[in-house]
Amino acid sequence: MTFLSYLINGISLGSVYAIIALGYTMVYGIAKMLNFAHGDVIMVGGYIAFCATSYLGLPSIAAVLLSMAVCTVLGVTIEGLAYRPLRSAPSLAVLITAIGVSYFLQNAALLIWGSAPKSFPSLVGLEPLRLFDGQLVITSEAVVTVIACIVIMVALTLFTGETKMGKAMRAVSEDKGAAQLMGINVNHTISITFAIGSALAAIAGVLLCSAYPVLLPTTGSMPGIKAFTAAVFGGIGSIPGAMIGGILLGIIEIFGKAYISTQLSDAIVFSVLIIVLLVKPTGLLGKAVNEKV
Amino acid sequence: MSKMVPLPTNSIIPERDLDKIPVLETRHLGIDFGGLTAVDEFNLTIGRTEIAGLIGPNGAGKTTVFNLLTKVYQPTRGTILLDGKETSGMNTAQVNHAGIARTFQNIRLFSSLTVEENVKIGLHNQLRYSTLSGLLRLPSYWREEKIAHERALELLSIFHMENLADHRAGSLPYGAQRRLEIVRALATNPCLLLLDEPAAGMNPSETAELMENIIKIRDTFQIAIMLIEHDMNLVMGICEGICVLNYGRIIAKGTADEIKRNPVVIEAYLGKKKEG
Repeated sequence: MTFLSYLINGISLGSVYAIIALGYTMVYGIAKMLNFAHGDVIMVGGYIAFCATSYLGLPSIAAVLLSMAVCTVLGVTIEGLAYRPLRSAPSLAVLITAIGVSYFLQNAALLIWGSAPKSFPSLVGLEPLRLFDGQLVITSEAVVTVIACIVIMVALTLFTGETKMGKAMRAVSEDKGAAQLMGINVNHTISITFAIGSALAAIAGVLLCSAYPVLLPTTGSMPGIKAFTAAVFGGIGSIPGAMIGGILLGIIEIFGKAYISTQLSDAIVFSVLIIVLLVKPTGLLGKAVNEKV
Repeated sequence: MSKMVPLPTNSIIPERDLDKIPVLETRHLGIDFGGLTAVDEFNLTIGRTEIAGLIGPNGAGKTTVFNLLTKVYQPTRGTILLDGKETSGMNTAQVNHAGIARTFQNIRLFSSLTVEENVKIGLHNQLRYSTLSGLLRLPSYWREEKIAHERALELLSIFHMENLADHRAGSLPYGAQRRLEIVRALATNPCLLLLDEPAAGMNPSETAELMENIIKIRDTFQIAIMLIEHDMNLVMGICEGICVLNYGRIIAKGTADEIKRNPVVIEAYLGKKKEG
């Protein structure tokens, strides 16, 4: 029974990683850049939801929606101000800028909300599920997280698969120049990608803080890095890959904590990543790119 | 082919297009890369339904002209009038909306997308439904996607490629990929279609079929087509006005017969005849 409960915790944590990883993987797939500020957008999402419930007294749903709206605007603004001017610059310049934006967001949060941790009220607040005569307790946060993850996955698959914006995204991801010559507005397409990724980051922020209720300006960085790892693990650029990578990473982390060592759990997670990349350099679902010579 | 008539701008266009605004007119168009002048004083007028050829030795600047017209490069000087309207200040996507579509010398299909999806990318700007109704699969989504599907198959049928609609574009044989590029460009609903070496790598019978198809496309869609090509049978066979480029400058303009006899053109291609 403890095994089952660890597994459920792992899937729930992994679902949060998966939602964050989707943001990394979509932006990488389309703009071919690693947005290291993505983790900090999660933190901003958490703070906005915190302010909305604690100071404004908004109901949970409204707080989540507000947080999504703010993060969407934030993500699109970051892209427009910091990344767009560097569209034709070497990828290293964009990477350094992304790290800069990440520190900027952390320090801005420090300035606005202070360094003292905020205790985040759970936005789910339902009774936990008790199964097998109370031997297995599943928190309502875990249930909501997994459901949210599935809904997001289905919605994104529907979106990128068959809609015109989804097709435009896939075209931009393959060949920006050719897409532009077919009349696709590449900047607009990349903005939409950032908007989706940031809205997902807000949801991830709320879910993460509901399960682990301490909110700090650095709250987003570790989950951000782990979700990035999950995206690489699953094959960066691949949406189902991000999903599988995220969930597997969550399970490995919780099992590592439970059965091996709490202190070593992160080391275990990253060791698994290294091993997977040694065996399959493109990640679990990544496609090998054959360059014609 | 209708008779070619001269214009005051030192260009020729087909007689049937005389009373219509030319689809393209360039004036003193040029671009420098650093200190190097790649194209200079490029003046050309193309009639509404003309099939025009752009030829010249390797490195003459032919593809650069296409890149200038499509704003892949911003011109250093000169103006481009598309349908009588200036395109300065437009970006690549906007020039496409305004009516120029093109194919590429080295094929640039979206190879992981299907054949039909490639064509639908070309139809992108003609689909009218919001992102939200796409996500929620509202009636407007189904209606517009059905139109797009039918339109895509109709366009593919020009080259009898409807049965390939669900294949991955990257898995098609070379010739079919070239044809798909033309279909994708046509899907954007252009008034001027630029073909960059459409017959490259094709055998004589495929080239002959391509020639028929280029004329068929012009007749069906009533658009102008400008092509870069090294296959002289194709160029002399279907191009009404031909423009010869060498070292970034136009060295001759005229009909196929005029170009064939032009000593400057012969010199550019074959070198100068030795004296004595």
